[in-house]
Amino acid sequence: MKRLMSGNAALGEAAILSGCTCYFGYPITPQNELTEYMAKRMPESGGVFIQSESEIAAINMVLGASVAGARAMTSSSSPGMSLKQEGISYLAADELPAVIVNMVRGGPGMGNISPAQSDYLQATRGGGHGDYRTIVLAPSSVQELVDIVPLAFDLADAYRNPVIILGDGMLGQMMEPVDFSDIKKPKDYPKDYILTGAENRPSRMVRSLLFDTKEEEEHNWKLYRKFQRIEANEVRCETFMTDDAEIVVVAYGIAARIAKGAIKRLRQENIKAGLLRPITLWPFPSKNIVELARYVNDFFVFEMSTGQMIEDVKLALSGRGHVNFYGRPGGVIPTPIELARIVSRHYYQTQKVKRQ
Amino acid sequence: MKKIYTRPASLKEAHFHYCPGCGHGIINRLIAEVIDEMGLRGKAICVAPAGCGMLVYNYFDIDTLESAHGRGAAVATGIKRVRPDNLVFSYQGDGDLAAIGTAEGFHAANRGELITVIFVNNGVYGMTGGQMAPTTLKEQITTTTPSGRNPVSAGHPVRVCEVFSVLDGTSYLERVAVNSPSGIKKTKKAIAKAFQHQINRTGFSLVEILSPCPTNWKMSPIESFRWIDEVMTKQFPLGVIKEVKC
Ligand SMILES: Cc1ncc(C[n+]2csc(CCOP(=O)(O)OP(=O)(O)O)c2C)c(N)n1
Repeated sequence: MKRLMSGNAALGEAAILSGCTCYFGYPITPQNELTEYMAKRMPESGGVFIQSESEIAAINMVLGASVAGARAMTSSSSPGMSLKQEGISYLAADELPAVIVNMVRGGPGMGNISPAQSDYLQATRGGGHGDYRTIVLAPSSVQELVDIVPLAFDLADAYRNPVIILGDGMLGQMMEPVDFSDIKKPKDYPKDYILTGAENRPSRMVRSLLFDTKEEEEHNWKLYRKFQRIEANEVRCETFMTDDAEIVVVAYGIAARIAKGAIKRLRQENIKAGLLRPITLWPFPSKNIVELARYVNDFFVFEMSTGQMIEDVKLALSGRGHVNFYGRPGGVIPTPIELARIVSRHYYQTQKVKRQ
Repeated sequence: MKKIYTRPASLKEAHFHYCPGCGHGIINRLIAEVIDEMGLRGKAICVAPAGCGMLVYNYFDIDTLESAHGRGAAVATGIKRVRPDNLVFSYQGDGDLAAIGTAEGFHAANRGELITVIFVNNGVYGMTGGQMAPTTLKEQITTTTPSGRNPVSAGHPVRVCEVFSVLDGTSYLERVAVNSPSGIKKTKKAIAKAFQHQINRTGFSLVEILSPCPTNWKMSPIESFRWIDEVMTKQFPLGVIKEVKC
């Protein structure tokens, strides 16, 4: 049965169904509905809820719960994510699983509480200090948000690495019908690293301080090899009307949904536009973009920022094809008509050039 | 032959890295002795700090996690909420607990988290080379208060136990010192009592231990021990600051 729920609340329910037993959060708009949902549902389901004193405390509580063996989650929005970066770096260094949600709002600084995509670089480049990556998942509907939550916990456990769900204020707050019936009971992951007390076994230590540079270097290479495995195995993306496309829009999350509307309009005008939607922002679907570049020459990156993912598209293409950009930062929500207008103008201008 | 003194089972066979006359080694040993004597080796989980106490995981033969600087009480909170039947304690210096980790310590205390904080007050940032700590005394010379701590610009020495004592979540707060045999005995008792408060689920417990740092105080170990009695305890009076029925 489908239920009408906000993205934030649906995410909370999906987390509980995915075996998340600990949630730690600090209020910030536009993700408060998630914290409030967990405040009610966690105790009902026998889990732990704490409204922490800060995002720094919340992420460190997550780290503690994770090292104790629990599936733990925290959520925030942009300014709070800056504070969580210290803990995310430690989670990655200690190889501890955790799921962190960012319902992005307009920034930088305090910014505003409207939806934005301006934390892409922070999310996909590690975000905190040191050589590490976080897996970044970007759903584009409330149902996909629900479907991605168990995946996030599984990836976190499978690779023992923090996973970020990168949404935005719109995805968090809009209501859509959702179905939870596909969420299965979580698999058992071997947890031979957790701290339970050294009862009848040697004591364990979990640390990231390695004074010996050779040891620290090897630890870094070990993490790097893990990140390479993730890049090889975990790329996810969706394509829409790309089979015969002459121009491909690259957009993720809520922007991809706007882009789909724009592409339908463009198709009505016989402009052969398609969409590539990265679902994993890291690892980035570079190979899928290169594959499209075999027959597509024109790429149009569309983001609710001044242009962050465009760097990854350009890196993927390495000089193949043309990369164009349209963005609206600061919490402005662009419309499908607006994007269709921009893309069609670009299309006719370049057509003209081609005919001359 | 009867064995009257041996390495506690909760300590690994390792050499302490601490400087001569430092209090950390004594405190590490006391904690290990208490864990052994209370039969808690299989239940104890330690959260180590950033600071001179960071490497306790090389010494304690119990499960240990190293936390980020100051976040010990938050990490310990996460562990304890998942594993309420374990003994969870953080080991923190004065910079760790009373400067960068003030919020985490204060709110764990206020929530009455059933954890224990072993708080080592040596009046300086030991690990980074003797800078001013929140507990540095008035006029005390450190590398960042070269002409002595002037409260007008650098603030006043913080009494952590007294601050925490007004929080309803705290159940046991005692200040001790490891500068004499009797002080060491009292410290051991205080640690045992704090653990008992945790086991009985009475509330948040903390033992503040005045601990010599001869290297950064630029004193001999003997002078450091004396300085704790003659100077430090005037700002940080010893004794039970708060105890609710356990
Ligand atoms: C975020 C962060 N800032 C600074 C440091 C550097 N640092 C390591 S230990 C320490 C101070 C330790 O002093 P204290 O807590 O008093 O413990 P002590 O070494 O005296 O036992 C500092 C500032 C760090 N590790 N992390």
